[in-house]
Amino acid sequence: MLPPATFHILLALAAEDLHGYAIIQEVAVRTGGELKLSAGTLYRSIQRMIEQGLIVETRDRPAPEDDDERRRYYRITAEGGAAAREEVRRLAQLVRMARAKGFAPGKA
Amino acid sequence: MRAYNLLLRLYPASFRNEYGEEMRLLFARRRRDVTGPGSVLLLYMQTIAEILGNAVLVHLDLLGQDLRYTARMLRRAPGFAITAVLIVALGIGATTAAFSVTDFVLLRPLPFPDPERLVKVWERSSGYGRMELSPANYRDWKKASTVFESIGTYHGLAANMLGAGEPLRVEGASVSFDLFPTLGVQPLIGRLFLDTDDREGAAGTTLLSYRLWQTRYGGDPAVIGRQVMLDNEAYTVLGVMPREFRFPTADAQLWTPLRFTEENYVDRNDNWMYVVGRLRPDASLERAQAEMDVIAAQSRQQYPKENANVGASVFRFSDEVSQQSRLLLLALCGAAACVLLIACANLANLLLARALGRRRELAVRTAMGAGRERMIRQLMTESLLLAGVGGALGVMVALIAVPLLNLLVPATLPIASTPSVDIRVLLFAIGLTVVTGIAFGLAPVLRVGGEADLGGLREGARSGGGQKERLRSALVVVEIVASVVLLVSAGLLMRALLTIQARDPGFRPEGVLTLQTPLPIPMYGKLATREGFYTRVLDDVRALPGVTNAGFISFLPLGKMRGGIWPVSFGGRQVNRSENQNAFLRYVTPGYFATLGIPIVRGRDIAESDARDRQAVAVVSESFLKRFWPNEDPAAVLGRHFTFALSERVVVGVAGDVLLRGLERQSEPQVYLSYKQVADDSIIGYIPRSLAVRTSTAPEMLAPSVRAIIQRIDPALPISDVTTLTEVVDRDTASRAAQLRVLGAFAAIAFVLAGIGIHGLLSFAVSQREQEIGVRMALGAQSSDILGMVMRRCLMLTVAGVVPGVALAYAAGRSMQALLAGVAPADALTLVAAVGLVVVMTVAGSVFPTLRALRVNPIIAIRAE
Repeated sequence: MLPPATFHILLALAAEDLHGYAIIQEVAVRTGGELKLSAGTLYRSIQRMIEQGLIVETRDRPAPEDDDERRRYYRITAEGGAAAREEVRRLAQLVRMARAKGFAPGKA
Repeated sequence: MRAYNLLLRLYPASFRNEYGEEMRLLFARRRRDVTGPGSVLLLYMQTIAEILGNAVLVHLDLLGQDLRYTARMLRRAPGFAITAVLIVALGIGATTAAFSVTDFVLLRPLPFPDPERLVKVWERSSGYGRMELSPANYRDWKKASTVFESIGTYHGLAANMLGAGEPLRVEGASVSFDLFPTLGVQPLIGRLFLDTDDREGAAGTTLLSYRLWQTRYGGDPAVIGRQVMLDNEAYTVLGVMPREFRFPTADAQLWTPLRFTEENYVDRNDNWMYVVGRLRPDASLERAQAEMDVIAAQSRQQYPKENANVGASVFRFSDEVSQQSRLLLLALCGAAACVLLIACANLANLLLARALGRRRELAVRTAMGAGRERMIRQLMTESLLLAGVGGALGVMVALIAVPLLNLLVPATLPIASTPSVDIRVLLFAIGLTVVTGIAFGLAPVLRVGGEADLGGLREGARSGGGQKERLRSALVVVEIVASVVLLVSAGLLMRALLTIQARDPGFRPEGVLTLQTPLPIPMYGKLATREGFYTRVLDDVRALPGVTNAGFISFLPLGKMRGGIWPVSFGGRQVNRSENQNAFLRYVTPGYFATLGIPIVRGRDIAESDARDRQAVAVVSESFLKRFWPNEDPAAVLGRHFTFALSERVVVGVAGDVLLRGLERQSEPQVYLSYKQVADDSIIGYIPRSLAVRTSTAPEMLAPSVRAIIQRIDPALPISDVTTLTEVVDRDTASRAAQLRVLGAFAAIAFVLAGIGIHGLLSFAVSQREQEIGVRMALGAQSSDILGMVMRRCLMLTVAGVVPGVALAYAAGRSMQALLAGVAPADALTLVAAVGLVVVMTVAGSVFPTLRALRVNPIIAIRAE
C-alpha cells in the first residue's frame, strides 16, 4: 500500500514532468482542494520516492517559456508506473469488496 | 524569510542542501499570497508545526537508510562486525565489573555518617603494628584523650543461642555503650545500650541484627522485651539494628554490652579490645596521632613493665581493608584498564583498516554526489551501532562478572550490600568506546576532506600512507605491551599461589573431619563437666568404623581463630610483650597430634595422666625451641621449665611446626597444654571446642554419625563448621585462587585481543602490498624472501612490544611484591613463559597473512595494476 502523498505525486507526474510547486497545485486541483501537500511532506516523499526508484529528477527542461532555472523537475519511472497501477488494483479491489457489502455511493 | 531559513535547519543538512532552495521558493510564494497580520501569524504557525513533524520523519528516514546500509555492509564483512562487537563487549564488561567491585570496596565511604572522622586506635609494639588494646590501656587512654568527640570499644563475640527453634551459633560483638553513638547509628526499632546497661552486674541486654530478627522472629516488632538465652544466660532484647548495619563484620548477628568488672582491668597485657574513635570536627588525623603518642608515652612511664615499648597508632577506619586485599583489587583494576586499553586500540585498528579498505567505496559515493555530511552521518551510525551492540553485550558481561568478582570482597568489612554494576563506570567505558569508535570510524571521511578525493577512484590506488601505517603499528605495539604486563603479572601470582599451596602446613589434612562444639560457659566452665563430655564423645567417635583417632583442641590451625599469644618467661622473671617473648597457646586432648598427623619429634604426647593435680606439662613446637633455646640439643630441652598461661610448665615433648596462622605465615612458637591442667572458669576462651577425627574412609561420610553422637550427649549444643581439614586448608588460599582466576581471565582476554590485533594488522599490510609482492615474485623473489618480509615485520612488532612490556611488568611485579610470597618480580620462568606466549601469539596471528602473501599469484597481482 502506498502512502496517499506518494500515490498522488505519482498521479500528478503521470502525464508530464513537473516541478515541486506544480505537483502541489496539480494534487490540489485533482482532489478539489482536499489534499494540500506541505513543502516538507512533498520533499520528504520525493526523497523517499527517488530512493525507491519510483521517480527520477530529470535533466530535460520543458518549454523555455515555462522554465525557471532554479526549478527541479521530476519524472515518473517504469517502477513508479507499476507501483501506481498496483495501488489502483488494490483500491479497485477494495471498492468491489465494499460494494459487495452493500456500501454503494448514492445508495445507503 | 530569515525565520524560515532557521526552521529549515531542523532538517538534516543533506536534505536541506537538496531541497532547501525549492522549499524556500514555495514558502515565499505562500507568504506573498497572504495579507494581514493574522493570516501571516497563522501561516507561520502552520509552517512551524509542519516542519517540526516532517523534520523528525526525515531524520528517521535517514537513520533507517543508514541502518539498512550498515547492516548490508556488516553482513558483507561478518568477521569484522563480530570481532568489533566482541572486542567492545569484553572491554566494557571486564572494565566495568572490575572497577565496580574495586570502587565499592576501596572508595565507597563507610556506611556511617561523617565516615572520614572515624578512626581506629591500636597499640603498637615491636613486631606488631596493629595490636588490640587491653581494657586497662583503653580506659586510661580514653580518659586522657581530647581529640575525640567520642570513642568506643568492642571485641568479637560468639555465643550459642537458645530460644525459638534449633540451638544456633551466632556471631556478633560485645560493645561499650558509647560505641554505637560513636559510629553514629540508630536502631531500627527499640533503643541503643545506655551506660546503665554496660555496668558490672547489669542485667543482660542485646540488640539484634535485622537478619536475625527476620529469620528468627519473622520481623515481629513485639520481639522487644523478649528474652533470649545466650550461652545459658538470659538477655533482654532492647532493639533491632537497621538492615544495612553490619558491624564489625558482615556476619554480625547480635550485640551485647561489655559489662566489664574491675577484674577485666587488672591485666594490662590482655589485649583484645578494638577501639573506634570519632575525631572532633576540628581535629586532624595527624593531631590525633600526635596526641596518642604523648598519651602512650605517659602510660609507658606509668607502667614501665607492662607498657614497655607500647605505642599507639591511629588509622582511618576506611583504611581497614588489608594491604593485601587493596593491592589485589588495584592489580585487578590495572588489569581491567589494560584490557580496556587493548580493546580500544584493537577497535581503532580494526576501524582504520576498514576505513582504508573502504576508501574507494567512499570516493565513489563522493563522486556520485553524496555530501560529506551525509557520509559522516552514515559512518557515525555504523560506529554507534557497533559500539551500541557491543555495549549492550558488555553490560551483560558485567552483570555476570560482578557477582563472581564479589567473591573477592573480604567478609571482614562492615559493608552491608553486595556491589552492583556501577553505572558511572559503565557509562565511562561505553563513552570511551564510542569516542574511539567515532574518532577512528570517521577517519576515512576526514581524509576524503571537503572536496571530492578522486585519487581513491584511480585504478590501483594504494591506500594507507606511511603515517597511518605507523599509527596502526603503534596501536598493536601498545596491545603487545599490555598483554606482556598482564601475562607476567598473572604468571607471578600463579607462581606465588603454587608456592603457597606447596607449603607443608605441618600436618596431614587428608582424611580428617573437623567440627566445632561451642561448649557454653558457665555450664562447661568446670573441668569435670568438660572431661565427661570429651571422654564420652571421643570414646564413641573412636568406636565408629573407619575412625583411627580423634581429639579436641582449642583452635584448629588455619581456622577462624588464629590468635592467642601469651608471654613466655623463664625462672619466674616477669616479661613484657615488647620483648617478643610470646607463644601460641592451645589446649589439647590426648590423640590430637596423631589425629592431625603432627609428628612428636622428641619426648611424648599429652596424656590422660597429665591431670590437674600433677606437674603441669607442655608440648612445644620446634619453632619454640628455635626461638628460646636456639643453640641447644633438642633432646636436652625435655624437662626444662618455663612459665606460661599462669603456671610453670615442664617440657615433655617437642612437636613438629604447624602453620597456625596461614600458609603464607612463618611458623611461630607454639605451646600445647593438657586440657586438664587449667583452673575451673579460667582461660575459658581456650577450652578445646574443635573436634578433629581421622578416618580411613571419606571424612564427609562420617559427619552424620559424629553429629548424632554429640547430639545424644548434649542435645542443646549447636554443632557448627562441619567440614574436612582439606577444605580448611584450601580455604586459606581460596580468595587468592579466586583473584588469580580473575586476573588470569583478564590476561587471557588481553592475550586473545592482542592476537586479533596482530592478525588484523598483518593481514591488512599483506593485502595492501599484494601488488608489490607480485612484482617482487615476478622479478624472481623466492617464497623465503616473501616469508622473511612478513616475518621481519612481525618480529619488529614483537620486539617493540616485548621490551617495554617486560620493563613495565617488572615494575608491576615490584609494586605487588607483598602478594608474591617470596617469588621474585623478575622470576625468570614467568618472564620466559610470558614472552614465549607472546611470541607464539604473534606467530599465530601472522600465520594466515603470511600464507596469503605466499599464495599471491604474480600474474594476477600485476595485471590488476
